[in-house]
Amino acid sequence: MNPVNYLYLAALLFTIGATGVLVRRNAIVLFMCVELMLNASNLALVTFSRLHGNLDGQVIAFFTMVVAAAEVVVGLAIIVSIFRTRHSASVDDANLMKL
Amino acid sequence: MTAPATAAAVHTLWTAAGDNPAIPAPHIEYGQLSPMLVVLGAAVAGILAEAFLPRRARYTGQVAIALLGLAGAFAAVVALAASGHATTRAGLAAMGAVAVDGPALFLQGVILLVAVVAVLSFAERRLEPRGADGAPVDAFAPQGSAVPGSDQEKAAARAGFATTEVFPLTLFAVAGMLLFPAASDLLTMFVALEVFSLPLYLLCALARRRRLLSQEAAVKYFLLGAFASAFFLFGTALLYGYAGTVSLGGIADVVSGKAPVTPALSGTTGNDALLLIGLAMLAVGLLFKVGAVPFHAWTPDVYQGAPTPVTGFMAAATKVAAFGALLRLLYVALPGMRWDWRPVMWGVAILTMVAGAVLAVTQTDVKRLLAYSSIAHAGFILTGVIATDRAGVSSVLFYLAAYSFVTLGAFAVVTLVRDAGGEATHLSRWAGLGRRSPLVAAVFALFLLAFAGIPLTSGFTGKFAVFQAAASGGAVPLVVVGVLSSAVAAFFYIRVIVLMFFSDPKADGPSVAVPSPLTATAIGLGVLVTVVLGLLPQYFLDLADKASVFVR
Repeated sequence: MNPVNYLYLAALLFTIGATGVLVRRNAIVLFMCVELMLNASNLALVTFSRLHGNLDGQVIAFFTMVVAAAEVVVGLAIIVSIFRTRHSASVDDANLMKL
Repeated sequence: MTAPATAAAVHTLWTAAGDNPAIPAPHIEYGQLSPMLVVLGAAVAGILAEAFLPRRARYTGQVAIALLGLAGAFAAVVALAASGHATTRAGLAAMGAVAVDGPALFLQGVILLVAVVAVLSFAERRLEPRGADGAPVDAFAPQGSAVPGSDQEKAAARAGFATTEVFPLTLFAVAGMLLFPAASDLLTMFVALEVFSLPLYLLCALARRRRLLSQEAAVKYFLLGAFASAFFLFGTALLYGYAGTVSLGGIADVVSGKAPVTPALSGTTGNDALLLIGLAMLAVGLLFKVGAVPFHAWTPDVYQGAPTPVTGFMAAATKVAAFGALLRLLYVALPGMRWDWRPVMWGVAILTMVAGAVLAVTQTDVKRLLAYSSIAHAGFILTGVIATDRAGVSSVLFYLAAYSFVTLGAFAVVTLVRDAGGEATHLSRWAGLGRRSPLVAAVFALFLLAFAGIPLTSGFTGKFAVFQAAASGGAVPLVVVGVLSSAVAAFFYIRVIVLMFFSDPKADGPSVAVPSPLTATAIGLGVLVTVVLGLLPQYFLDLADKASVFVR
């Protein structure tokens, strides 16, 4: 199968993730959409690695996974703490600072 | 695409390891990386201290570890610069992942000094009323996990808990910021971006007062920051696809056509879409971090909600690190693309200057006002970035050094003006401050004048340098817009000064707290740098000029 198709898939996943961040309301769902964008990047990196015949892209994908895991730790801690305060994870409710 | 040939090549990479188990160890220049390693070591020591020191000794221990680590790292930067690593011996360290050159060392020095001042204001414990057991408390929540207003939080406050973890978190953020402007490949840049962002998200959520605002700021900063770094990563993937490498020098060679075109590269280097979209996505990630319009929406909310010492640190140090990385990306990796990125940066700079200055006029909260002012300043610094020559780099370096100390000082002053509910940040509460507390009001007025770029302050020297560089680089219309928006900005800075000095104080107005020597030192250093860089800038301009050559 032509590896370029995986690039189209990566672009599609990235777009779905970005659209999700823009239109969804729940902080957890937003966060999962960001993770989808990171994984789309991983898919693109691995595909390019295969196209170029070097391993750089695959190594970067491992780094991305570790970074994404660290981001989950910090992100879920923040989202859980605001959920316990407000009993809601909706980003529309977080509007104390509107002008 | 040449899939079969490359598939065989990749296959040999996997199988070769089986035939020849010796993997060559990478060569790491520990001496040249010592500033980052010292700060990371101090951060780890801080975590251990948090685990093993008794609660009573933690505050003193953490402050000492943080200050010693930062001072040691600054000494390492000075030693590296003195031994010529900024000029003649500049080079790449750690197998080409980290650049040790003039701009990197200059910005690392600035970030470390900023971090020292920030740690001093983090450690301030005389402003908040004492806890139930009579122990002094700082600006951070007694227990971050306790729900605001709950019994658990009250119990934590009664027991005298304190979030001394802020010091190791700050050190981790500083280590990431040191690496960010020195990163010489896109992967290192991405990792550094996350290493300094993640602790900042947490620091934002830890305010003692107004915890709902603080948590809201952290959620907004985190979600938007993660969104922007996902863009940065996809941009990295696309540029890797275009050039077959993530090292900045390697990308520059492929863009300029110097690199030999291998069969594997021939399929992608002809594809300008990969290059242009990749460049745009990387720029989105970096412009978000510097807070440029249209990626600025997080700035006012996060600056307002975060604990004020953290806001000062974030506003100063993040901007220094992010502009360092933006300069390195544009000047080292993509100078061959400048006819494509310059028009975009023109537009971003104009939008940023105008929007920052105009929106600041409508603000009624001091922290939000300073946030919009920081957006306008990001625009001014971008005009220096657009110059694409050596003067541009040196003027941006100087501006960053000058601006960061003014910002830290201004936010430190904001922590002093208080009433029963904590900091009194609404502008109407500041009316008549000059009559009640002339010294604090005069210091704040000095910082505002430096923001406005009035002569004899560091702000004027910095603004003059970037506008001169932009004008000689052919961006005269940009300079005109810059001067006009400086005039608009000067209006609201002067308005605050008039409010402080020429209106009557209210009977129930806020009081100005007397700080401990820690915050006093922080503000004093801010004043000192502002005045010295305004009156005697030549030495520092020369220093920035000497440090303005990027290594590849």
